[in-house]
Amino acid sequence: MLPREGRAGVDLGQGPEAHGRAPRVWRGRLTDPPAGRSTARALTWGKAERAGAADDGCNKAAAPGVAPGVPRPQEDFVSHPVPPSAQPLPPASANPAAAVEPPPTRRGFLRSGGMLSLSSLMGTATLMASTGEAKAAVEWAEHFQKNYRLMTPEEKDEARLRLEKRHSLEYGKKVSVDTTGPQPGVLMGYALNIRKCIGCRRCVKACVAENNQSRGERPGERIEWIQVLRMERGTFTAEKMDQGYPEGLGIQVGGNAYSPSGTVLEGQYHYEPKAVPEKDATYMPIACMQCEKPPCVKVCPVRTTYREADGPVVIDYNWCIGCKMCMNACPYWARRFNLTTPVLPKEDMNPVTHYLGNRPRMRGVVEKCHWCLQRTRHGRYPACVEVCPVGARKFGNLLDPDSEVSMVLKRKNVFRLKAELNTFPKFFYFYD
Amino acid sequence: MLMRFASDYVRYVLKGGRTYYAWMATLGVLILGMLYVYWLQNTEGLIVTGMTSQIHDGLYLANLVFLVGVAAGAVTIVFPAYVYHHEGMHKVTVLGEMLAISAVIMVMMFVFAHMGRPDRLWHMVPPLGIYSFSSMLGWDVLVLNGYLFLNAIVGFWYLYSLYTGRPVNRKIFMPLVYVSIVWALSIHTVTAFLLATNPSRPMWFHSMMPIRFIATAFAAGPALIIIAFLVIRRNTKFWIDDSAIKLLTTIVTWCLGIALFLTLSEIVVELYARTEHANGLYYLMFGLHGLTALVPWFWGAVVLMVASFVLLLMPAVRNDMTKLPIVCAMAFAGIWVEKGMGLVVPGFIPSPIGEVTEYHPTFVEWLMTLGIWAFGFFILTVLLKGAIGILLGDIRAGGPVPAAAQEVTP
Repeated sequence: MLPREGRAGVDLGQGPEAHGRAPRVWRGRLTDPPAGRSTARALTWGKAERAGAADDGCNKAAAPGVAPGVPRPQEDFVSHPVPPSAQPLPPASANPAAAVEPPPTRRGFLRSGGMLSLSSLMGTATLMASTGEAKAAVEWAEHFQKNYRLMTPEEKDEARLRLEKRHSLEYGKKVSVDTTGPQPGVLMGYALNIRKCIGCRRCVKACVAENNQSRGERPGERIEWIQVLRMERGTFTAEKMDQGYPEGLGIQVGGNAYSPSGTVLEGQYHYEPKAVPEKDATYMPIACMQCEKPPCVKVCPVRTTYREADGPVVIDYNWCIGCKMCMNACPYWARRFNLTTPVLPKEDMNPVTHYLGNRPRMRGVVEKCHWCLQRTRHGRYPACVEVCPVGARKFGNLLDPDSEVSMVLKRKNVFRLKAELNTFPKFFYFYD
Repeated sequence: MLMRFASDYVRYVLKGGRTYYAWMATLGVLILGMLYVYWLQNTEGLIVTGMTSQIHDGLYLANLVFLVGVAAGAVTIVFPAYVYHHEGMHKVTVLGEMLAISAVIMVMMFVFAHMGRPDRLWHMVPPLGIYSFSSMLGWDVLVLNGYLFLNAIVGFWYLYSLYTGRPVNRKIFMPLVYVSIVWALSIHTVTAFLLATNPSRPMWFHSMMPIRFIATAFAAGPALIIIAFLVIRRNTKFWIDDSAIKLLTTIVTWCLGIALFLTLSEIVVELYARTEHANGLYYLMFGLHGLTALVPWFWGAVVLMVASFVLLLMPAVRNDMTKLPIVCAMAFAGIWVEKGMGLVVPGFIPSPIGEVTEYHPTFVEWLMTLGIWAFGFFILTVLLKGAIGILLGDIRAGGPVPAAAQEVTP
């Protein structure tokens, strides 16, 4: 799914076309992968057989042969909803008790699929008949549900159906809320080539379109999870050579040749250039680092934000009390607060959602990047990776030695942001 | 008996002169205003405040932090009374406990005001909710509720014993008092940890924070108590000894001195090296990138604190019971700014990714703040009036006793 035509890519006016550089394709650059695994690997970051749902519609829809970054026709979500429980393997879990759960059989899988379509049919039926009263009842039930991680599979299903019903009603389309858990053997990782980033901010726009962020006009209503920081290259001139401080005392303590240059985290992300990349700037995109030791998780008083077994740090929006302690703790300013009910026009709402991911949020809760769980749990790339016109963004399984991310870690010069804080991000920066 | 106590207490508290009713009515109006903006915040969202995703704590957290200090400050009465057996203090200990109760209630009101979803507060409370031991906020809630409970028990048990004339069971009472003394330190220490354990916010990331919090708390708390005592002395028959007020004045003076010293140390350490981590402090003192909203606040607080410290060192001022409340109010206001707005807000400026934005509290926030303070003073007035009624012997089992026949020590 990606950039809804015209939203994320085209109307930007600052894309690569604007400055005369052809969009570069990342496939050709990364250590020339063998021809045999090109299409499948290029468009799904996980192994197809591991994802197990090669026929679930979402992989198929990612038209083979189209380079990432080139806007593709929008998929039809309504006819190919991702079956929320259609994974043959049990979800990986940080909870040892959950790990011994036997994998569901094929028959069970089929049966649950049948039940699911039946229940969604019934859901649609009630949807047609429901009134404001039903909506209030749903919200009431939602209010008393448990922390998502502590729910039994049945309770999760209930919560999912409740949400699907409410959101379908609210946005006037069939909304699916996925509850797919972590896949075994997967630890997600991200790598970003800062040398390649041209600062077009398509990732920012694609992220907003994909993840149902608030997009109002008032300052508190606009939420973006990715910031592309514009860093000045800095200039040094001969005139400044003799100047220094303190002035006029003969012996200087310091010089004045300290123009800002490549200062990490002194950048500006509200920039409006005619074309990118600008001559005098470099760019540093930043978003949630999905830390292995996330300070935000440690400070949460209700354990509503936690690390999933496959890596991403997620939030149960229904359990969040809005205390904002996680926002204090995050050293990367990755978290946003819904100061008011998010402004999400019906026509812009992305109906393919994940419970812990991009489902519509409510007033007074915190949200952040979750590496597009609704996509990545089904083997697809996050929206920002898919939209990047220069292939600066890489995503993959850190446990798979052949994944792009593992390749980057093996062969490139890599660093993590604010490494001194011991947060151990799974978001790596590199350059070539 | 307990029911009789409650009804006698309430009947006494409801009676009062015209000034009393006017005072309570004024507070009541402000409380109504607070309820209105609270409703607004929980229908519109926190967008009606000046808070943003960059600066997501403001006036509310500032007041919260400050008032935890005021609550902890009550220990400056309890400690001399029970550990040093200070005569004048012992008579008024219960008033300090009443102040602590009101301050903790105000803290909780500010927590509700600050939260995005106060309707989900039960998520914090087991068994229905989840209690997280790794969260400083969880610990803060725990110690604050514990402190409220301890003070309510110790304070009202003492009052009840005076009411009935039966002395308290010292074997249970005294351990509770000692626990409450240590507990007072814990509430403010944990509140300091709440801010100081965030390496993402260099302005707060100091091991000096807890002691600085305690020092400012033991200046601001007793400063408020002195003012309250002088008001009580003027408006009721209850006489508070000079010795108690003088001891409190000494405590205020030297805690203020220590607080100033710690502030100065921080300024030297941070600004000598002037790393990026000092940007928050630099913003507070001089402004950053042309944004200077907090500069007048900071220097105003410095002037107030230094001036009140110097004035308190002068015997002519500190022994003059008409000038003393003014100096105490100066110290109180100075610390309110220094440790409230002057500490909480620059923690967010610049943001962890270097963004410099400013925070301007809205009318909603000011009204909420004012309303919560009004609510606190409302409770404080009721509690102090009732406590004084009992101390004076106006509320007694079997009717009021003549003034001469009191003097009961537990």
